Parts: sequence; C-alpha cells; structure tokens
Amino acid sequence: MKGINITITVLIASAILSYLVAFIAGFGRLSNNIFIRKFTGFYVEVFRGTSLIVQLFWFYYALPGLFDIHLASDFWAAVIAIAMNYGAYMSEIVRGSILSVAKGQREAATALNMSRFQRMRLVILPQAVRMMLPEFGNYLIQMLKATSLVSLVGLTDILYHGDIFRSTHLSLAPTVYILILVFYFILALPLIWLTRWAEKQSSKGVASE
Amino acid sequence: MAKPIAVYNDVHKSFGDVEVLKGIDLEIAPAEKVALIGPSGSGKTTIIRMLMTLEQPTSGTIVVDGQYLWHMEKNGELVPANEKHLRQVRGDIGMVFQHFNLFPHMSILENCMVAPINVKGVPKKEARERSVEMLEKVGLGDKLDDYPSQLSGGQKQRVAMARALVMRPKIMLFDEVTSALDPELVGEVLEVIRDIAKEGEMAMVLVTHEMDFARDIADRVVFLDEGRIAEQGTPEQVLENSESERLNSFLSRFRS
Repeated sequence: MKGINITITVLIASAILSYLVAFIAGFGRLSNNIFIRKFTGFYVEVFRGTSLIVQLFWFYYALPGLFDIHLASDFWAAVIAIAMNYGAYMSEIVRGSILSVAKGQREAATALNMSRFQRMRLVILPQAVRMMLPEFGNYLIQMLKATSLVSLVGLTDILYHGDIFRSTHLSLAPTVYILILVFYFILALPLIWLTRWAEKQSSKGVASE
Repeated sequence: MAKPIAVYNDVHKSFGDVEVLKGIDLEIAPAEKVALIGPSGSGKTTIIRMLMTLEQPTSGTIVVDGQYLWHMEKNGELVPANEKHLRQVRGDIGMVFQHFNLFPHMSILENCMVAPINVKGVPKKEARERSVEMLEKVGLGDKLDDYPSQLSGGQKQRVAMARALVMRPKIMLFDEVTSALDPELVGEVLEVIRDIAKEGEMAMVLVTHEMDFARDIADRVVFLDEGRIAEQGTPEQVLENSESERLNSFLSRFRS
C-alpha cells in the first residue's frame, strides 16, 4: 500500500526533532536562570495542555494566515507540530530522569573535582539516559500513531490513501480499515521490541534512590 | 607543628533553623591522622563535607594549604568563591563515602580512570597504569572489568578508596566508611585504610564509630558534642583518660 513511506518519514523526522526539543526543554527547566526556566515551563504547559490536532491546524492554517509565517512545506508544518507536542511531554522525562540520579553520584563526582559540565556529561547523563530510554520508546509508539493526524492537513500517509481507496470502494470499508490497523501494528512491532530492549538496558547500571 | 594543611576558623553551619556546628576551630597538620567521634547529629560528617565543598559553611572560613576554600580575595576583600576557585582548591582533597557512590555505568577500572583523565589530563595509558596499581593495592586486581553491581559492599568500598587515591590527594576524608557494611566485611576495609595510613604522607580525617580502629591509627581523636569540639587529644587521652562525663557516657556505649 502507498503512503507507508510518508508515515515513516514523518515519524523519523518528528522523532529526531522531538528528542532534540525534549533535551533542550528538559535542560531549560533545570537551568539556574529563572527566565529560561519560566519560559520553558510555559512552553511545556501550553503544548501539553492543548490538543495535538489543534496545534497541527495552527501550524498549518493559522500561522500562515495570521503572521504570514510559512513553515517551508506541509511536511515540515506537520513534523514541527508533532515534535513540539511530544517534545513537551518528553522534556518532563528528561528533567525527571536527571533529577532522579542519586545525589551521591553528584557528590562523588564533585569529590573527584569534576566541573559542573563534566559531572553532567560523565556521570549524571549516562545514567539518566538509561532511565529515559523505556519512556522514550513508549512515546515513539504513540508518535507513530499520532502521525495518522497528518492526513488531515493533506499529507498522503497510510490513512490518507486508505480513505481515498475507501471512498471509491465503499463496500470494502471494513477491510480497508482492518488493513490500515494491521499496517500500523506491523510498523509498531519493531518499536515495541526496541522499547523492551531499552527496558532491559535501563535496569542495568543506574544508581537511584 | 608544621604549617597546617587545613584550618577551620570559627566555622558555623545551620540547616534551616537548626545550627549543626556552633563554631569549629580545627587545624590539621600534613600527614596527620585525625579521628572524629561523637554522637549522631553532633556534626562530624558536616565538618568533612564542608571541606569537600559539598556543604557550604554559614559563617567562618576554611583554609586549605594556604588558600581560602569557600572564599577568594578580591581587591583585599573576601568574597564567596566561584566554581573555578572551588575546583582549584579542592583538587587537594579526596573523599570516601558511607554509601560508596561508585559510578554504576562504569567498570571498576573506568571508575578509577575517569577522573585522572578528565580532571587532571593524565594520559590514558598512565591513568590506566596508576588505576591498576591502586586496585591491586586494595586487593581487587582481578576485578578490573567487573561492574560495581557485581561486587560485595566491602569490595565496593575498596574500589571507592582506590578511585580517590588515584587522584593523589593531600587530605583524604572518610565518612563512616564501614557503617553501611555487613559486620564480616568491615575488617577488610579497615585493613586497607590501615595500609594507606602507614604510608604516611597523606593527611586523613576519619569520621568513625570504630573506637578500636581510631585508637590504632589516629594521631589525634576529636570528640564532637552538640556542634562543638568538646575534647581532643591523643587516643589515650581522649579514649581512656578523659574526665568528661559526656565523653565517657558516649564511649561506654561502645564497650561491651
């Protein structure tokens, strides 16, 4: 079936961008600078507190109309909406994981005279990332499913092609939707395995209290 | 007495409304072995944590090897130290913790190598040699590639000591290093500390509840009570011939 490549490229692009956003916002919320902290906190609450589909429409219809901001293409409008939304959720995971690395780890690193940056890079982050992995995996699966919303702004993903096909073969509607479900599930399978693997990894090598 | 390696001048420390240390004056000579004893809550651990820069004094000054630790001089005035200054001064200090605090994502060898390489810029090969040598000294030469989770408490604590020693500090701080260990593992850790103490050139400050051990290795025993130094002197003076009621009632709890 056509459209799988669109679904996959939207997923990959939003995943990469959302992890990036998650780390930037996660660190922002831990910053010593109160303005950065407040600003990222505001961003996270706004994007967590409103619906993804409305955000998608905003990036697609409202921004160009209101401010004459055009986000390169439909593809990027969709990707940025998904990435900003999931990035907001995942920034909380980044923040929480960093905070849950045991206090003794930071102290031991200080006792070895590491700088703030070295403590983060060599001691805290390697352990925090292990804690983040399983949750990141879960969100990746959710993101896959969220990509189906891009059919609403005209991207020709699996669901879009399915809908078109159904409108010309009305009697086949149940079969078409079953097929679409199967496609999503097949796409999700490797991600589920990846998450399982990440869970195993994360149980090793972390000191938390 | 030789020029002291660390000096506390009227150091106070409060946590919220609770004043834990009420004016500590203490000098530690190079290579001196000092045991800090006292009831829990008397502030012993806080004293060494301030020296490791993990806790900031509320008032007073600490001088390490001639340099202010928590302050720096600027236009003739003392101002609070910045991160750069702290790093410069605390390089002389090493610490071993009650709960080991090994880095769980690194092998035993990496635990020892990470700081010399990244903090001191020691070439990797040399850092490796130094670490292996130190791990052999604490009796773990055959565990280099194990991870902390594979070791017993006593072994972990010995790794923690090797990790601190590789940095070649002038002062080593021991924060109740045997308190979290099963009784049968305490001996092996004390044995290693004894060996380190015998080598001599490094000053050591030990917060401990092991009175026999303190008597054995300390040049001086300091008894803390309610945030103040209540008694100090040679192990014989403090542990055997003191007239202080508080001290004797504290010590009586350790005699069976």
